[in-house]
Amino acid sequence: MKDPSIPIFYGLALTWLFVSFRKDKEKTIQALRRAYRSFLFILPPFAVVILLISLLLVFLPEKTIVTLIGEGSGFVGYFIASIAGSITLIPGFVAFPMAKMLLENGAGIAQMAVFISTLMMVGIVTAPLETQYFRFRATLWRNLLAYFYAFVIGYIVSIVARW
Amino acid sequence: MEKRGVSQYYGFFITLAVCLGITAYAPSWGIKVFTVAFRNTLFMLGVIPPIFILVGLFDVWIPRERVIKRLGDASGWLGIMVAIALGAFAAGPLYAAFPVAEVLLKKGVSLRNVWVFLGAWSTMKIPMLLFEAQSLGARFALTRYAMSFVGVLVIAFLLERLISLEEQNEIRARFSL
Repeated sequence: MKDPSIPIFYGLALTWLFVSFRKDKEKTIQALRRAYRSFLFILPPFAVVILLISLLLVFLPEKTIVTLIGEGSGFVGYFIASIAGSITLIPGFVAFPMAKMLLENGAGIAQMAVFISTLMMVGIVTAPLETQYFRFRATLWRNLLAYFYAFVIGYIVSIVARW
Repeated sequence: MEKRGVSQYYGFFITLAVCLGITAYAPSWGIKVFTVAFRNTLFMLGVIPPIFILVGLFDVWIPRERVIKRLGDASGWLGIMVAIALGAFAAGPLYAAFPVAEVLLKKGVSLRNVWVFLGAWSTMKIPMLLFEAQSLGARFALTRYAMSFVGVLVIAFLLERLISLEEQNEIRARFSL
């Protein structure tokens, strides 16, 4: 699961770091100190999230998810797709071909839109990270709103697709 | 209020205990979990350094006044558009967006615009749109994108209503210097 954007990030970071260092050495050192402090701030929930993701990958591997959301249709299908999307963390460049394959095997288009939308906007596993910044209530509400909105997206996408 | 030292890691210790419990009960599963965790740690340690470096540089070089003007409480619709652009032209997983959100809060960006930014990052990234159109067709991808655009705004506005002003101030207070 290699993200193609990683080299770009490194390129950008190193370029700016170099430019910054040429302009002002002191400020650059300060920037690195702040970078380190931001990292320490996120580290405790991050450690939790890494373990949660690992548990998820072992006990609910992608293969299982594919069969789960591939089989469900109608309301049950919506529900399964939304739950699968909310708890898993699959990068888009893996999820889109996966959804395409499922569509070709007879999965519903609305269910796929719900799956992709919840996958991107709802994050149960990353919630510990989110609460570190936005606290519990805001995290809960953002995820709940995104969860229900995903069904709206699924409905509209299925209507437009049938046009 | 701020947790310090070892107590920050209680959550981690509990999760670790669960993993160790699994290992004791079913060693083959437990070993799998720790192998995956090790691989994930290496992967994420590969992803996050450039993000934090960029965040640190932004923090030091970009003056607060300029950010407030563009994205602060009084920035209006233009601010919302800038927040969407910031998220849409980004790349990387959502967990990478949180440190960026932190520095935005620090620079005085309104909470609503930070939520707009997070929403855009999660579901409106342009590279992802292109990839989605390629796999699932332009109609599917564009409809979902347009709906996401509306949703990101609606969710940010609703959050602003649902979260009390005191709580919003508490969220911001943690990051204002």
